[in-house]
Formats: sequence, structure tokens, C-alpha cells
Amino acid sequence: MSSPLRTALQGARDTIPMLIGALPFGIIFGTLAVSSGLSVAATLAMSVFVFAGSSQFIAVSLIASGTGLLVIWLTTLIVNLRHMLYSASLLPWVRHLPQRWRIPLGFWLTDESFAVVHRYYLDDSRPLGGKHWYFLGSCIAMYSNWVLCTLIGVLLGQSLPGMAGWGLDFAMVATFIGIVVPALRTRPMLVAALVAGAVAVVAYDLPYQLGLMLAALLGVASGLLAEHLLQRSGEVCLDDAA
Amino acid sequence: MTLHEVLLIGGMALITFAIRYTLFAAGHRVRFSPLMTRALGYVPVAVLTAIIVPMMLRPEGQLALQLDNAWLFGGLAAIAVAAWRRNLLLTIFAGMACFLFWRWLF
Repeated sequence: MSSPLRTALQGARDTIPMLIGALPFGIIFGTLAVSSGLSVAATLAMSVFVFAGSSQFIAVSLIASGTGLLVIWLTTLIVNLRHMLYSASLLPWVRHLPQRWRIPLGFWLTDESFAVVHRYYLDDSRPLGGKHWYFLGSCIAMYSNWVLCTLIGVLLGQSLPGMAGWGLDFAMVATFIGIVVPALRTRPMLVAALVAGAVAVVAYDLPYQLGLMLAALLGVASGLLAEHLLQRSGEVCLDDAA
Repeated sequence: MTLHEVLLIGGMALITFAIRYTLFAAGHRVRFSPLMTRALGYVPVAVLTAIIVPMMLRPEGQLALQLDNAWLFGGLAAIAVAAWRRNLLLTIFAGMACFLFWRWLF
């Protein structure tokens, strides 16, 4: 018997590793935002209404360097554009839901929930019927964790002003590594990662985070190309993990 | 909150929500070609790698392939543990431990 509530709790539970990874990241955001000159209310409002960690970080660093609104908005657009690709990946499983479900699930779509939920949807052993409850559970866990950590960061930042320099935001890097590395099971996937990483480093100096977008596009293109070449040479994509 | 902050956050929130919700809103009116569907499969890996590799290799902006770069060695440790155990929580803890140790060391 899988009740909606139990499915939602399962989604929240499967998201716990992501919560732990986001914990220091959220705290650092809170301390950094306030020390960059954002008011406490605005810092909390950003986590409540924007809810997109990496773009919040970048926005705060842009505010600290006195950047104008238009540039910050444009940067937000480019940094978060990947979420549209996530929503495209999830669309086949979400399009049957009423809008009152699609609106909150869209608002709450993050890297972390995407990674957890996408894996769950791909598992065909369970019927599609109640899976959106799992999605919801994962989202609510991420959201409340993020808002709470921002609050803790704001409070801690006032008592430990040097905390922003401790490098705790490394937790985000470790989390993303933990998502990416197990996904590198086929050679085209490995090619996509290597190309994306290399381009991102080389194109880092492009303005408005355009390097990130370029790296992602070239990574995806080279993954497809590698897949095509492997198929043409008669080789099946080897599943190293099997 | 000042008006500037309201505009800043309001704009960021609208942009981010539009990005995340537009395709969900369209629902059945959007169909992807098989090529597009295959391409989407590479997106998470490509995007997340493009975010993390510069943080490891250029943590302060300039290329830092040095022994005292804790971001690089913490990241390498996380990659090794992730490949070895495929366990997210273990990866985060091992990466964080190595990162903090490296920071303390140099």
C-alpha cells in the first residue's frame, strides 16, 4: 500500500544526501549575502522566491561589485537556463498533471531534486500514478532546508563574520561530483563531461557566465557525436558499471 | 527592503520561474524529436561538470594547478570516492574532509 504521504516521505528521505550537501552551501549564502550589503529581509526573500543556489551566489557577488540590475537579471537567465532542460527531461512524466501541480513542481525544480526524481521516474517497476508525490516530497525537503539554512547563515554571519571565507561552499562541488560521477557509465557520457569541463575552464572569462552555456552545449553535442560514432563503428555503448 | 532589492529579487524570481515552468505549462503542446530526447540525456552531466571543473581549477579566478589548491584536491578525492563507492553521502563527507584537511595543511 503506497499512500501519497508515504510516497512523499520516501521522496524526502531519498533527498537527504542532497540536503546535507546543500546545508553548508545555504549557510554560506546567508552569511555572504548580508556581508555583501543585502539586507536580512532581502537575503531571506531571495531564498524564498528565487530558490536557485548558484544564481543566488553569483547575484550576491555581482551586488558586492556594484553591478547593475540588468546584468544581474541576464546572468540569472543564463545560469538558470539549465533548469529548462531539466523540465524538458521531466515533461513526459509531468504533463498529465493539472496545473495546480505543475506550477509548484516547476517553481521548486532544482539540480538536486531533478537528480533524485529523474532516477525515480526512470524506474519502471512502480506505476506512474502517484510518482508526483515523490517529486513533491523531494522539493519540499530541498526548499525548507534551503530557506532554513539561509536563516541560519544570516544569524551566524552576524556572530562569526569571517565564516564566508572558510570555503564551506566546497560542499556544493562535492555534491555535484557525487551526482555526476555515477552517471558516467557510458563512453559518450564521459566524453560529454570531459568536453564540458574543458570548455568551461577555457571559456571562463567570457562575460555573463556565457562560458557555462557554451560548455554545456558543446558537452551535449560531443556526447551525441560520440554516441553516433560508436554506433557507426558497430560498437554498442559499453556499460562499464554492469 | 529597498525598492532596488524588490526589483532585484522580483526580477530574478520571475526569470527563474519562467525558465522552470514554461515547458511544464505547455504540457502536451510540446513534443521533442528523438534527437532532442537523446540530447537531453546529456544535459545534467554536461551542465554540472561545467559548473564544478572551473571551481576546482580556477577557484580564485586564475588557473591554479598547484599543490596548495584545496578545491582541486578535495574535488579529486570526491571523484575517487564517488567512482569507487557510488554513494553520494560518502562522497560529500570524504570530499569535505579532504578539502578541510588540505586547507589546514597549507
